[in-house]
Amino acid sequence: MLEIRCPYCGNRSQNEFAYGGDATIKRPELNTEVTDQEWDNFVYYRKNPRGNHLELWHHISGCRQWFKVHRNTATHEILKTLEMKENL
Amino acid sequence: MQKYSVFSLIKNALTNHQNWDVVWRDPEPKKEYEAIIIGGGGHGLATAFYLAKYYNMKNIAILEKGWIGGGNVARNTTILRSNYMHDANSLFYDHGMQMWKDLSQELNYNVMYSPRGILNLAHSDAQLNAYARRGNSMRLNGIDVSLIGREEVKKMIPFADFTSNARFPIFGGLLQPIGGTARHDAVAWGYARAADDMGVDIIQHCEVNGFDIENGKLTGVQTSRGNIKTKKVGLCVAGSTSLLAEKLNMNLPMEAHVLQACVSEPVKPLLDGVVTFGAGHFYCSQSDKGEMVMGGDLDGYNSYAQRGNLPTIQHVLTEGVALFPNLSRLKILRTWGGVMDMSMDGSPIIDKTHIEGVYLNCGWCYGGFKATPVSGLTFAHTIANDTPHDLSIPFRLDRFNTGHLLDEKGLGTKTWIS
Repeated sequence: MLEIRCPYCGNRSQNEFAYGGDATIKRPELNTEVTDQEWDNFVYYRKNPRGNHLELWHHISGCRQWFKVHRNTATHEILKTLEMKENL
Repeated sequence: MQKYSVFSLIKNALTNHQNWDVVWRDPEPKKEYEAIIIGGGGHGLATAFYLAKYYNMKNIAILEKGWIGGGNVARNTTILRSNYMHDANSLFYDHGMQMWKDLSQELNYNVMYSPRGILNLAHSDAQLNAYARRGNSMRLNGIDVSLIGREEVKKMIPFADFTSNARFPIFGGLLQPIGGTARHDAVAWGYARAADDMGVDIIQHCEVNGFDIENGKLTGVQTSRGNIKTKKVGLCVAGSTSLLAEKLNMNLPMEAHVLQACVSEPVKPLLDGVVTFGAGHFYCSQSDKGEMVMGGDLDGYNSYAQRGNLPTIQHVLTEGVALFPNLSRLKILRTWGGVMDMSMDGSPIIDKTHIEGVYLNCGWCYGGFKATPVSGLTFAHTIANDTPHDLSIPFRLDRFNTGHLLDEKGLGTKTWIS
């Protein structure tokens, strides 16, 4: 079982969380010219690394906050958790 | 190749089984091949077999970083079905279902094809209506399927929870009689043996580290056993696709996720077909050894680990016990995980790429096993003719740019919500 450190509640069991996917994807800026390719990259294309991955999790059965988790996709080791406003 | 038959069995029994031929050779890689398939799983082996059989290519190699049939073809739950609603999916997978019928004869290897029927249970009127719609769509595509009521389901699986206490009462189900199972390892070994017999070099413990590309054309691959020249390479590496694509400077609409399955201790014959629970994600069949083979949801976070965590197993088995209360008395014998190449619309990608001579076969999500023959056939066509097979035109990569997605479940890009 994964033990995830919610930045607000501390270490909690994986059962309390929902996954939110890759945290590095950036939606194209509003009010700018966006090519089809840029939009496709945002919607569909992923780096999908084997190794460290920055991702979103939601403490859905706890404080209901979204936050970032830096986790290794090959070993499942959690390196760091961050609030949404923080960067690695 | 020594042909397998009842006579060869008797003959070898008389000599204490000491004189069987090696099933496939263990050749050294040559300097150059006409085509190279990366990945010695079901799809890679089938692709090489059909390239040799139908497309007259004899100088082919399969490069496998581990051993033949050690990845997802050994880790699936062996289910065959073609109960899809979209035309592209139902025509493609049903072509595959027709290929399964004669596969054992074609390969001279018993793949233990067993069309025992697959039953999708409905637990509400609305769900039964949805199944009626899907069944009608399948019938329009010529696939035999029937909608059955609660009483008929009760005759098939009387040990399911039909009491008034059932948390999710059974309203009926959608039955595809030709659905069933095949022995997954035998599929890999059968294709490997037949491909080897046609001259395909199966090279195990040979990892591809890079590609040689000149002026947008492939000229060779760099492997852990030296550089090999080739003009065509087909990727059949499932969960590792993004890792190889990165070496080609390609990003793909795909995420890797771990999916677990488990088997119970073996019991006497209980369940003769495949049953899926409709109120959650749980499905079950019984292997020939008597184990109840069960699976369900992805663990639900990006993963390249071929193992998962217990909360998912507990979740899946909770659903199992809600459907079949008698499962609660069984012990779990084994659990395992495999890495799924989850595409962004839940459908596979079979296509050429922007690099001349590089071909992609990936994105099978958790449904690749049943497609092994048809995937091999259509991918072989794509590699040999440099153009998609009629059946696989809808599975081209550019659908993510044109908007012609094949999202059977309507989940969008949240691949982990299986």
